[in-house]
Amino acid sequence: MTPALPPASSDPRAAWLMRLGDATLILGCRMTEWLSRAPTLEEDIALANLGLDLIGQTRALYARACEIEGGTRDETALAFRRAEPDYRNPLIVEQPNGNFADTMVRHLLFAAWATPLYERLVASSDMETAGVATRSAREMAYHLRHAGEWTIRLGDGTAESHAKAQDALYDLWPYVPELFEADDLDREAAASGFGVDPSTLRADFDAAVDAVLARATLKKPAELRGQRGGRSGRHSEHLGHILAELQFLQRAYPDARW
Amino acid sequence: MSAPPVDAVHSPSLDGRSSERPVDRVGRPPGSDPGGVRLQAARAAAARVADPEIPVLSIDDLGILHDIAIDENGRVLVTILPTYSGCPATGVIALGVVTELAKDGFPDARVRLGNTPAWSTGRMSEAAREKLRACGISPPGRASGKRALFAPSPGVDCPRCGSGDTERISEFGSTACKAHWRCRACREPFDHFKCV
Repeated sequence: MTPALPPASSDPRAAWLMRLGDATLILGCRMTEWLSRAPTLEEDIALANLGLDLIGQTRALYARACEIEGGTRDETALAFRRAEPDYRNPLIVEQPNGNFADTMVRHLLFAAWATPLYERLVASSDMETAGVATRSAREMAYHLRHAGEWTIRLGDGTAESHAKAQDALYDLWPYVPELFEADDLDREAAASGFGVDPSTLRADFDAAVDAVLARATLKKPAELRGQRGGRSGRHSEHLGHILAELQFLQRAYPDARW
Repeated sequence: MSAPPVDAVHSPSLDGRSSERPVDRVGRPPGSDPGGVRLQAARAAAARVADPEIPVLSIDDLGILHDIAIDENGRVLVTILPTYSGCPATGVIALGVVTELAKDGFPDARVRLGNTPAWSTGRMSEAAREKLRACGISPPGRASGKRALFAPSPGVDCPRCGSGDTERISEFGSTACKAHWRCRACREPFDHFKCV
């Protein structure tokens, strides 16, 4: 049994917000890898916008976490000055983009989790967090619709697009259980009225995903035990490569400014 | 858990510019503002700032300019509400506010990005909707929230010919706040300001 890593922040509310921000930052980074490589110009712009939303949400979540901590670090330090074990994102968001179906299915699964999460976080006891959640929930609804429409087109499209979408589901489903596993931090954040217990999101997730898969003529994979560890700081080999690209400039030239 | 800090200022990109700070040309004693004249002047200066992505609209038209206060030292604190989380214009707008205030004798103004209330297209004035239409951007629907997002027929009219016979090309357009549409009557493509 690996010993538990220290919490990401001494303040549990800040740690909880940072963990959500880690998820949106890493997925935002993945989406930016599509820039200039998407199948059509419109989709290139769409993927860039999805990434932009996620990185913007990250900034708001990190900034609030830093305020709660007492202002000793800022959102830039969180993004550029932490190593892999300090990141607490679920493993699904660091999985490689793969083909277009892989990216769209990953985004469907993420948005079907994040949309009800933000919708519940609107009721946070912290007004600033509630405000961030209000704006983010409206954005995620667009993400869910966009990824859902593409999953339907791919699944209900050609034999090849159907096979690729179905493979994407099989490949990514092992990362689904981790999204809904509450730990002490989640339970504490939910009990105090500040945050959301992710185990309460499963019914909404299933309803959204099932509706899309039915129209996409795709099979929902059987749920095996799955892969987990990212939310407690133990990552796949992919995160280090993402951080290497993200953090290179700040590590090579500390405190560099435009 | 203790109570969160109130009114924490968040403006990392605007601080650390001390060498460029303009001199206060008004030179009044700090804190005195009979009749709120300075506050009105500060508001008017901030309201001049245009949205860099939709220059026909000011940040006041858009409902981005939320609050202006002057502290006991005469320093102006402006609260703006970001539209979309990742809107790249937010930093430019904040810089514009600081610049316009400095022009009118308010050096060292600070800009805070507010999260409450969350910005929505409902904050846009009727005049702003008309200005959008006049420059070829279809304004957002009046409702906001989930019902507006998932309405079966959003009723987007062509800003050029007024026809309601339109279709969506892409949910994501030239900026984070716009979708790409096409008019089936006059065949012109156009931007539609998304409803949030």
